[in-house]
Amino acid sequence: MSATFEPNIVAFLCNWCSYAGADLAGTSRERYPANLQIIRVMCSGRVNPLYVMNALQQGADGVLVSGCHPGDCHYMEGNYYARRRLGMLKDLMEFIGVDPRRFHMSWVSASEGHKWKEVVEKTVEDAREAGPFEGFRRRQIDW
Amino acid sequence: MTEKPKVGVYVCHCGINISSTVDVDAVSEYAQKLPNVEVARTYSYMCSDPGQVLIKNDIRELGLNRVVVASCSPRMHEPTFRKAIKEAGVNPFFLEMANIREQCSWVHEEIEEGTAKAKKLVGAAVAKARLLEALESKEVDAEPAALVIGAGIAGIQASLDIADAGFKVYLVEKTPSVGGRMAQLDKTFPTLDCSACILTPKMVDCASHPNIELLSYSEVEEITGFIGNFDVKVRKKARYVDFDKCTGCGDCAAACRVKDRFPSEFDQGMGKRSAIYLPFPQAVPAKYTIDAENCLFLSKGKCGKNPKCQEVCGAEAINFEQQDEMVEFKVGAVIVATGFDTFDASRKPEYGYADYPNVITGMEMERLVSASGPTGGKVKIFNGKEEIEPKEIAFIKCVGSRDKSVGNEYCSRVCCMYVAKQAHLLRDKMPDANIRVYYMDVRAFGKGFEEFYDRVRRENVRYIRGNPSEIFKRGDKLVVKVEDTLTATPLEDEVDLVVLGVGLEPRADMREVMDLLRLSQSPDRFFLEAHPKLRPVDTATEGVFLAGCCQGPKDIPDTVAQAKGAASSAMIPLARGKVTIGAQVASVNEATCRGCSFCVSICPYTAIEMVTVNRFGHEVEVARVNEALCKGCGSCSAACLSDSIQPKSFRDRQILPQIAALGVLK
Repeated sequence: MSATFEPNIVAFLCNWCSYAGADLAGTSRERYPANLQIIRVMCSGRVNPLYVMNALQQGADGVLVSGCHPGDCHYMEGNYYARRRLGMLKDLMEFIGVDPRRFHMSWVSASEGHKWKEVVEKTVEDAREAGPFEGFRRRQIDW
Repeated sequence: MTEKPKVGVYVCHCGINISSTVDVDAVSEYAQKLPNVEVARTYSYMCSDPGQVLIKNDIRELGLNRVVVASCSPRMHEPTFRKAIKEAGVNPFFLEMANIREQCSWVHEEIEEGTAKAKKLVGAAVAKARLLEALESKEVDAEPAALVIGAGIAGIQASLDIADAGFKVYLVEKTPSVGGRMAQLDKTFPTLDCSACILTPKMVDCASHPNIELLSYSEVEEITGFIGNFDVKVRKKARYVDFDKCTGCGDCAAACRVKDRFPSEFDQGMGKRSAIYLPFPQAVPAKYTIDAENCLFLSKGKCGKNPKCQEVCGAEAINFEQQDEMVEFKVGAVIVATGFDTFDASRKPEYGYADYPNVITGMEMERLVSASGPTGGKVKIFNGKEEIEPKEIAFIKCVGSRDKSVGNEYCSRVCCMYVAKQAHLLRDKMPDANIRVYYMDVRAFGKGFEEFYDRVRRENVRYIRGNPSEIFKRGDKLVVKVEDTLTATPLEDEVDLVVLGVGLEPRADMREVMDLLRLSQSPDRFFLEAHPKLRPVDTATEGVFLAGCCQGPKDIPDTVAQAKGAASSAMIPLARGKVTIGAQVASVNEATCRGCSFCVSICPYTAIEMVTVNRFGHEVEVARVNEALCKGCGSCSAACLSDSIQPKSFRDRQILPQIAALGVLK
């Protein structure tokens, strides 16, 4: 692993809190690393755990899922489902030998632009430490 | 999907907002080479009229059937571009946006990294756009009625406007009377209108308006449904007084065995009330309420031989058997006008509010100077030995505002002016008193504010710049320890009375309302509006609007203006009689659904039911989505064992290509 390794990170953000928080980070001109790309979903509860595995398989070195704070879900309880499912997934990933630093969950509200910046920095830093992900056999899927 | 996707990609410069950190031409050239992309262009402002015309012309001339706009956040301009492509004959849901401004150019500095990331984001958007589906928005009827929560001046004004327009309003107030904080105020700055004189007519109006159903001493327990069709459950708390029989004569309160024993909420605890009470003389409705916690009969089961109130009530209105009552109704829109709490001054222990009776808050001063207050408007204090009229009076501003140590970074916007007003009222009553105001800054920003502040200064009220560090007792005086920061002079100022200009805080019970309506908080903890500038009365929950101080501190004119704004926004669905419901709902592939009903148990909106269908000659159970109830969150989909239930526009087959595009295999 070289000192300048730049990890590639895919992030799933809920439309109502974290995606809006990431927008606010932009409006507030926060600065954070460009290693992370966002996919918008309506709710963190929509994030099928397979998406996380799929992202790693498709060439991501790290994955982040971010939603509303527990109790604040726009859809009442979607983030509770996310927390359960993805918590289990994290355990499973560790079990099969994927560095837990590659997968993060966070709760960022629509007003937490600065927190979003910190979450990105932490996610990127952890994935950088974990190094390039070579754990899964790559599979090119032509959609 | 029959037709081959033909994608147009439009990369916006946004002036230099995007183009300074993203090489838009390079992004466009990159996009041009992506599969199914017919054309890729850049333009200075895609959202402008010429920008939209550019897209529409391409649709017509090149036969595009998918459009990708790489610009700002879809939360900003998605509706704009959906409308534009619809006008050119393309289904509005064949649009995908790449957020290369808020989530790219504005957060990165180097043009290389900005450009590389923008290419990826555009690639992902194209990958998704190719697999989008046409959707139709549906319209459903909207209930021509509104719910207003909170009957302070904001709630009252919003209710009156909506009711005057001819719609039914349910106005729910937690306390026994409408009026809120404004009813407690003496005069209002800067015009010195008597608060009660301008408020009480509105209070009476909202109680007597044929279109307003006032539910006082009631709390909203549950709100379900969506814009146009909210189902509301309200608990009418037992007053133990028959609402229809009570004449408001007050004989009961005068006869109460625990007469004038409990601190009056309305008088900020400075006056006393009985266990059966009217909060204040002008209360609306003028109906008495028994405070069950303090009533001897209700708390101890015994009040002499017979409860006195029952004995004296000529109308036979006292009813100890009364129970809470649940009321249910349907509304099309909701206005939240739940107001604020004043800052609890004991959280600044250095000011001794909890220790010294002659350190009072601004709200207490309001009651003290009010003719309807506990002293009848006479400013008298007890200095430990005798009752005196205070001669030396100090105001301290910004108590609990602009103060990170108590977690309130914001300015409360009203304290500068209410302190000036109270200084003026005291000067009026006591021409010889020495009045000074300790301040950090004077913010006299509103209409007539600066003129009023100037007038108060000319009335010999001294403004001293300094933030007091401590208040302590010396003999029968209070000492304000402070540095005059304009002359760099430390002072120990001996005074009789200190008035703390306490700020405004979000209500301690706001969580209940947040949970009812899925509202969010801004960093100052007040309710978050949908957009700070362009949607200041809307919330992220469609059909729910904010009015007054629950959204942030404001004075009465601003509160009234916002209430009128919220009322007019709330009336849009009511007047139209119809609302458009989201097209991006879940749908079930009945051919593969295995009928496990996991989705049914997960759906927070009970939008999924099991139905029996005939599949290849067999009767099988499958899930079916009620599109009017589904909000498209997709939680069901992540749990589906056979990937059969999928939210439209966020299907697996639409998200997985995005992942593949972003992963970019090495």
